[in-house]
Formats: sequence, C-alpha cells, structure tokens
Amino acid sequence: MIDFEPTPEQEEAINTAHKFAQELFRPTSRHYDEHEHESPRELIDETWGERNKGTLALGLDVTAALRIEELCWGDAGFFLCVPGPGLGGAAIFASGTKEQLSRFLGNFNEGDPKWGAMAMTEPHAGSDTAAIGATAVRDGDEWVLNGEKIFVTWGKRAVENPGSLVVVWATVDKSAGRAGMKSFVVPAGTPGMRVEKLEKKLGIKASDTATIVFDNCRIPFENILGNPEVKKVDKSETKGFKGAMATFDATRPIVAIMAIGVGRAALDFVKETLGNEGIDIRYGVPKQKLTALERDIMEMEANYKAAKLLTLRAIWMMSQFQPNNLEASMAKAKAGLAVTKITQKAVEIMGPLGYSRKYLLEKWMRDAKINDIFEGTGQINMLVTARRVLNYSRDQLK
Amino acid sequence: MISFSPTEEQQMIVSMVKQFATDEMRKIYRECDESGDIPASIIDTAWQMGLISNSMPEEYGGFGGEHSAITGSLIAEELAWGDLSMAIHILCPALFSYPILEMGTETQRKKYLPLICDERFKAATAALTEPHFGFDPYSLSTIARSDGNEYVLDGEKCYVPLAAEVDFLLVYAAENGSSQCFIVEKDTKGLEISERENNMGIKALPTYELGLKDCRIPKENRLGGSSGCDFGRILNHSRVALSAMAVGVAKAAFEYSRDYAKERVAFGEPIASRQAIAFMLAEMAIEIDATRLMTWEAAWKLDRKEEATKEASLVKAYADDMVMMVTDRAVQILGGHGYVREHPVELWLRNGRGFATFDGMATV
Repeated sequence: MIDFEPTPEQEEAINTAHKFAQELFRPTSRHYDEHEHESPRELIDETWGERNKGTLALGLDVTAALRIEELCWGDAGFFLCVPGPGLGGAAIFASGTKEQLSRFLGNFNEGDPKWGAMAMTEPHAGSDTAAIGATAVRDGDEWVLNGEKIFVTWGKRAVENPGSLVVVWATVDKSAGRAGMKSFVVPAGTPGMRVEKLEKKLGIKASDTATIVFDNCRIPFENILGNPEVKKVDKSETKGFKGAMATFDATRPIVAIMAIGVGRAALDFVKETLGNEGIDIRYGVPKQKLTALERDIMEMEANYKAAKLLTLRAIWMMSQFQPNNLEASMAKAKAGLAVTKITQKAVEIMGPLGYSRKYLLEKWMRDAKINDIFEGTGQINMLVTARRVLNYSRDQLK
Repeated sequence: MISFSPTEEQQMIVSMVKQFATDEMRKIYRECDESGDIPASIIDTAWQMGLISNSMPEEYGGFGGEHSAITGSLIAEELAWGDLSMAIHILCPALFSYPILEMGTETQRKKYLPLICDERFKAATAALTEPHFGFDPYSLSTIARSDGNEYVLDGEKCYVPLAAEVDFLLVYAAENGSSQCFIVEKDTKGLEISERENNMGIKALPTYELGLKDCRIPKENRLGGSSGCDFGRILNHSRVALSAMAVGVAKAAFEYSRDYAKERVAFGEPIASRQAIAFMLAEMAIEIDATRLMTWEAAWKLDRKEEATKEASLVKAYADDMVMMVTDRAVQILGGHGYVREHPVELWLRNGRGFATFDGMATV
C-alpha cells in the first residue's frame, strides 16, 4: 500500500533525533565551524551513549534515514562525528562473511566510541575508483598494504581510536583492472597505518577528512572482504567490483538524506524569517499572481520534497531487499544538486542575514555542497542513472 | 508505514489500463489528433473497465469500490501515457460525479449519480477556467448571486471538455467572493455553448467556451445545498489528477526518445552513448519519478481527508515544468525528426505545454 505516514516508533525516532539536533548540535555548531580539527568530545560521548541505547541507531533503513535527516538539520558536520561502523561497516555488511561481521563489528558498540572508515579515494583516483594504485601483496598468512588514501571521512578517528577500523581498497593484481580490486579491514593501531594530514575544507569542518598512508602495513589474511581470488572477467563486467558498488547502493541514499536535512534547515530558517516579517507564502495561487519570492520558495520546497521522496524510496527498497542501484543513484543525484541549489538560493533570498556568519545559513550552504561530491559526484550519479535507464554497460556509455 | 508499493488490486487495475492504452489508444492517437475526433467505440470500451463507476456506491448504480485519489492517479497516469485527449475524455464524467459524490446533498446524489453510472459512457463535465488573463480559481469572474428561490449565474468559461454533448455540468462561480459550485442542466435559459475551441494541443478532445447570461437555476442546485462545497478540496483533486497525467505524457516522451537515442547512430555510435544525450535522459527519468512520488503523496493526503493545498499546488507547478522539460527534450533528442509529425514527440510537446494552463479539467 502506498503510504507516507511514519509509524509511531518512527515519529519518536524523529523527535528524539530532532531534540539532539536542537539542543546538542545547534548551540555549538558555529564554534566547531570556526575551530576546525577541534574534536567535539562531549557531543561524541553523548551520541555514542544514545546510539548504543538504540535511540540514535543509524542503520540502513527508513527509520535511520528519518533520524539522519534530523541530525543533519542540526549539523551535518556533527553527524559525521557520531561514532559508529559508518561506511567501513557498510562495506563489511555488503561483502563480509558471517565470521568477519562478528569479528569486526560484534563488539563494536561496547566500550569507548569507535568509528569505521572507508578509504577508497586516492590523489589520482577519485570517482574513477577502478584506477586505484594502492597495493595488497600476499605474504604467507598476511597481506602487505602500501599506498596513500585521501579524503577519508573520519579517518583520523578511525585510525587513532582503539577498536575502530578502516576498510581500505587496494589492488591485488593491477593487470586485472577492476577484478583485482579488493577491500581489506585494517584495525586501528595496526603498525604501518598512519594519518598523514587533515584537510581544511569549505564546510563540514567538524568532520575530520584525513589522508592515510599505508606503509608496509601488515594485516591477517582473513581480513580481506569477499573472494581473494582474482576472477579474470571481460573488461566490461564489474563483478570484481561488486562489493564497492553494493556499498554505494546502500550509502548513496544515506548521503542523499544528509543533504535533505541540511536543505530543510535552510528552508526552515527562510520560512521562519519570512514568518516573523509577516510574509505569507500563498500556496495554490496561480503563477501569474505569485511574487518572485513566493515562486522561489515554492520551487525550493518542491525540490526538497522531490529529493526526499526519491531518497525514501531508495532506502525503502533496500529495506525490502529490492535492487536499488538505479533509485539510489537517482536519489543522490537529485538530492545533492537540489540541496546545493536550495541553500545557495536561501543565502540569496536572506541577503545580509544569509551571508553573515552571525547566522548558520551561510554555513549550511558550505556544508551542503559536499553532498553533491562525496559518495559519487552528481555527475557520476547521473552517469549511473543514465546507464541504468539505457541498459548500457560502462563501455557503451563512458 | 512508509511504503511505495501499490496494492495488488491497484497493480491489477494499472496493468488492465496499461493494456488498453497500449492496444487501443496508442493505435489511433495520431489519427485522432489530426482529425480532431475520438471514435465513440474506444470511449465505450474504456467505460467498460468501470474506472469511474467502480468507485461509486452500489445504491447509485456503481460497484461500491473505494474512491481513492491514489488509485485515480495511477489510472490517470496510464491513460495519459496512452493519449492525453482520450484520457481527459474518458475521465470527464468524474468532473461532475466525484464532487457530487463527496460534497453533494443526498438529493443531488440520488438524482445525478445513477445517470453517470450507466452501462454506456455518459458525458458530463465541469466548467472552471475563464477566458481572460489572470484567471484565478479562487477569485472567479463568473458570479453567482442569490435571487429568491434561484441562483443567477453570469460569466464566461473556457476549456470545458465535452460541453456540447452533456445533459448537465458543474459550473464554478464566485458567490460573495468565494468559489462555489452549481449544477446546471443543458437546456437552462442563459447557458450558451459556443463553437468548439481550437487549441495547440489536446486536439482530439472537444472543448468549448460557454457563456452564462442571467442563467437562472433552482436554489437546490448549489452543490452541497446550503452548506456549499469545499472548493479547495475539489481543486486539489483536480491538480493531483493533472499532475498524474503530466507524468504519463512525460513518460511516453521519455520512453520514445530513449529508444530512439539507442537506435539513432551518429559518428559511428548510438547518440545515447554520448553524455550530452544520456544525461538529458537521466534527468528526465529522475524528474518523472520525483513528480510521480509527489503526486502520490498529495493523493495520499486527499485520501486521508487532510488539507492538501500545499502538496497539490506544489506538485502541479512542478509537474507543469517537468512535463515541458521532458517533452521538449524528447523533441530535441530526435532533432529534425522530432519536429515532423511522423513521430509522436511533437504531439506530446504540444500536449505537455497545456498542463500549465489546465486547471479543473480532470479529477481523481
């Protein structure tokens, strides 16, 4: 049955997350934006505790998505500090064995805050993840990892906090192309893995974005995710790469819902300001009677809605175990761009209030932009969408 | 619980309508557009599916099914995918019967609904749009004033589908500044139906201007009697229906141009393997899906009897832009071939532009 009503449990999840966003995130939002690389310790401890009680569980389902929208309404940078298995966990869920799941994630929620990072991007391999140069060489019952990974979200936290982990993508056979690409779990504290630098960014400054170097980093053979054998396949096939792509199907809608949270923050701010000025938005009135302002607001709201519904659909499909590669990319492409535009328009409309750092709107505009970039840029998601609607392989549509 | 899956019953109706659209409508829509005429037989065949009478209570001759705007949206999309002129024609009686079903007095329901639930297609319609710049359904120029036991209607209407062949219609008019609805029978003095209109698109659908000059109707013909009707809700239903139809038209244009782009070879490969074309198609697909989901959400609110003006008007405006973007790109992808009438995309572009103008011409 087509239905848009959250369950009572979901309503509660939304309210709880909103309260956190309002009371814990918003008051210190500006401070951490201006003190990049300072860690919001209190917020981390508090969200870790709540998360393990289940009140802030952030899995890959509709309820979690609704929570994430609220948290990112509060502060998207802080959301990216909330400890948990994260993208690393998602990769393990997508292609790990039962034994690996229990070994790496079984005790994840116990003790001190932990983070699971995913290290994929390299200086010369961004969206073209198959061009990765990091290597994994087998040496007896160990893998030896070498290479440099950049733009690792919460990489510093994952490398330095005991019990945390980094899932790193490396090739076991360069000549095999995508089929040689494998992922490996590297526990925090493993010798040979270190943080080389932290990026200074346009937005989401509370979130650490690290360069991680692997220098003869040795991990047990059993830490490989998926099949260690390189199956030589036709170049057009992406089988060896399935793990990474399955992960994206799960994480792209999550990034989309993050964007949506930021977009709503901006929209709420604009509407509240207009409300205080006594300006009503007249819905239902013919276009030729609307003011330019009303048209702008309505367009922003419609795009917010469009992005949110596409995103909820992609997440709902995943929770129903339906393939959602197309829908996940559609949602990410739409939400990343829509929210970038919504926040930019909001700054424009609000004039001095929008541009001033006295308010958070300008920060949200800077924060929003990342959602059109990470987990596949808007263009990559258009490319995936296009391939799917055309039923084209990567060779037929480059 | 949040869910995006139509019920089994809805899926069955959709596949039945889709079959009809494929087998019947798609065979003759170009011919109908050229001749300006839809064969009565196809309308009757469509009527046999009971798309409107299904949701009429048995006591009025219907099949007693639930009246759902979501189901209606699913049907409207498929019909419009087949052909917009025919879709509006087929669903036209609902413009008359749904407002009466939901907001009419018992007397009005008993008198009119059984006539619509006939075994054969029975035309009925509604007149909302007015032929002047700045038309606003919430601020109509057609006036209704009370005079003793009668209402007197004065004004002009346009885009009234099937007006020449109906026995009765609903006329929307401003009564003391607020839009209300009145049942007008064909032979009422002062009701004048003009020549058939000529429009850029929906050329197979007969639409008419009509004049109301000192047109007197009995007091009891005010929809809902003394309590009147909830005009906003009627309008929202219409906007949801039109949004669903816009999705149908856009989907038709998207599919055709997608298939063409895979066939058409330039510089040694199909034009679809160029990002300039492929990204256009990707965006078309995304926006079609987004509009459909927004339509469902607005329909869902209507089915729950919640205030849906914001949702319905947002999706309608979004759908107006979306269908123009999609149909225009479909023509663009076909290039010169898109401009000639051998291919259907120019027809869909003409029909697509209509949505920005259409208000109150279909309902769910």
